[in-house]
Amino acid sequence: MFDLTSGQIEIQLVAVVVAVACALLGVFLVLRQMAMMSDAITHSILPGIVVAFFLVQDLSSPFLIIAAAATGVLTVSLVELLNRTRLVREDAAIGIVFPALFSIGVILIARFAGGIHLDLDVVLLGEIAFVPFNRTTILGIDLGPTALVMMTIILVINVLFVTLFYKELKLATFDAGLAAALGFSPVIIHYSLMSLVSVTAVGAFDAVGAILVVALIVGPPVTAYLLTDRLWLMLVLSAGIGVAVAILGYWLARYLDASIAGSMATMTGVIFIAGYLFAPYRGLIAIALRRRRQRWEFAGTMLAIHLLNHEGLPSAQQENRIDHLQDHLNWDSRFAEHVVRWAERHGSLTRQNSHLFLTEKGRQRAREAIVR
Amino acid sequence: MFPEFLTDIYTDYTIRNITLGAMTLGFVSGSLGTFAVLRRQSLLGDTISHAVLPGIILAFMLTGSRDPLILIIGAAIVGWIATLSIMAIVNTTRIKPDASLALVLSVFFGFGMMLMTFVQRQPEAASAGLSRFLFGQAAAIIWDDVRTMLIVGGSAMVILLIFWKEFKLVVFDRAFALSMGMPVRRFDVLLTTLLVIAIVIGLQTVGVVLMSAMVVAPAAAARQWTDRLGFVTLLAGGFGALSGVSGALISVYMTRMPTGPTIVLCLTVVVVFSLLMAPNRGLLWSWVRQHRQSREIRSRVVLGDLYWLSAQHEGAEHGHSIGTLEAMSAGRVAVDHGLEDLERAGLAQRTGDDNWMLTESGRHQAQKDLQSGERESADV
Repeated sequence: MFDLTSGQIEIQLVAVVVAVACALLGVFLVLRQMAMMSDAITHSILPGIVVAFFLVQDLSSPFLIIAAAATGVLTVSLVELLNRTRLVREDAAIGIVFPALFSIGVILIARFAGGIHLDLDVVLLGEIAFVPFNRTTILGIDLGPTALVMMTIILVINVLFVTLFYKELKLATFDAGLAAALGFSPVIIHYSLMSLVSVTAVGAFDAVGAILVVALIVGPPVTAYLLTDRLWLMLVLSAGIGVAVAILGYWLARYLDASIAGSMATMTGVIFIAGYLFAPYRGLIAIALRRRRQRWEFAGTMLAIHLLNHEGLPSAQQENRIDHLQDHLNWDSRFAEHVVRWAERHGSLTRQNSHLFLTEKGRQRAREAIVR
Repeated sequence: MFPEFLTDIYTDYTIRNITLGAMTLGFVSGSLGTFAVLRRQSLLGDTISHAVLPGIILAFMLTGSRDPLILIIGAAIVGWIATLSIMAIVNTTRIKPDASLALVLSVFFGFGMMLMTFVQRQPEAASAGLSRFLFGQAAAIIWDDVRTMLIVGGSAMVILLIFWKEFKLVVFDRAFALSMGMPVRRFDVLLTTLLVIAIVIGLQTVGVVLMSAMVVAPAAAARQWTDRLGFVTLLAGGFGALSGVSGALISVYMTRMPTGPTIVLCLTVVVVFSLLMAPNRGLLWSWVRQHRQSREIRSRVVLGDLYWLSAQHEGAEHGHSIGTLEAMSAGRVAVDHGLEDLERAGLAQRTGDDNWMLTESGRHQAQKDLQSGERESADV
């Protein structure tokens, strides 16, 4: 089953291109706390696409993309308009605007587009498996699947946008006030970002459907966000994770004989969980290990200070014994034993019978802790 | 069509079920949604409604049953898991709520889509109608569904009534509730559970994709009409029921009208109407109010200017030209319209072409204005 036809390679190529294009923009949506706008936009561009489709009767016309971008911007403006009346809050405004627009789109399709290529399953799911059948030829030369050509162009636009306006995006994302003061209009950046999200969504629609675009926009950047603090690295990692999601998702779908788009979304979740657990610094396991280490270090330091306090005094006989730690530091005997072993391993004390003696390293540790 | 469907409600078994079902789900999701909207959890509703898809399909795969109660239980469990995942992500990482909502929404939904391809492959499942969970199908409501909605929704409403005071406190004055020693977290959990119920109850009629609107929109509309929580909740239930029934019936009587989207469009009409028309808060009212205020200010300015002019000149009968008044207000107000308003109120009168003077009552009014103005500035 692992033999590859050119069609299968093309499907994976489209998946990869879609995933990278989505991930690049997704980074900024996630950082600007507008991730749910991707959900709203991917739903609400539907009526734009449908109306444009009725006008031009061609699902791969660039006119559809323009219409989608316009509808995306319309969505954002409607949400802002509603929000500005102060009659509804922003989250409710989003929750009112996009279902309304999406409903219009669905009803238009159901009533007037029965039987043609645009149907409801495709809207939600996409059908990437059909991608190789719809090809673009210019002057008789086969340029590849139309979806691939279109998405590659969109990817190039996204890459150019992110690299050319890197500084502006960074500033507007992390310090909108300063950006405005320096004369970069955060509003323009906001709307260009939203238009590009709409364009990318409509390009990806055909391949992965409305809701899985959201997985590709949000999933890889969120996972990358757990891995790094640097914007450029987050962009690179997101793109890389996007590629992984696309290819692993494809093979999962082939292995299980399931929907490719669904498998890609599932893979997004799997990779996120992996990052959530195993991320080097922010992962759940790393955090747990760090907490444990800090607990031992803290206990070891406490012990060293205690021993230093009584060292060389008559009370040392009585105080610096392992069975006394129960009373003095309120440790139970098992914990005290663990701490003493930990300290022995780290060379800060030695044990003779049940008496504890600091080493020079241990004294050092205690003094440093006291001074601090 | 109208009389026909009115008699159908009484005589036609199917239509009666559909009407009753849509009414129940509209009322329950509308009224429970009030709390979601007030707690700024509108988008959580969206996420839960998408994320329950794998729950429905898993429930079907595991039990092979199409019993609405079993599917609803499956949906509720997965809706719960989704909510817990969102909270876990927000609490243990630096990922913000919006991103964790979007992540959980899309991944769960995608997983559900993947499972759906398995189910659809089984020949006997082709008629299982699981795909109607996407956009809903009112025509398929049978008495079993209505009964399930009534039982599940009814219990949710009872819980809402029992803990009404507590919920109100938790939503509006959390700090006070905490200081009273109330188990606030437990009520949070209970409210979120009610939200999950509000969503799953309408899934097969409205569909997972648009169910969130059933929760958000009625409350947002009802909020415009009143400030009292009880009325908002009741009104939201009413709006939900109204839109649910009209949307469901439209989609049944017209061909090729998917139920979920039709209901959502009915809701949208209600929302837009409320935003425009609601007394006090409505946009139309505030426009009218603003217009009135600016007219009021305009006449006051012109009145003051006229009074000042008359004080400069001997003889109250002396008329003053519009040109002078316009120069005095420096184009800030439309003097001619202001004068007309004053004339209508009997405060000023025309003495010739474009010449105006105060009437006796106009003079009194201007003096009163002046005095109260002085008092106010003295207070400041």
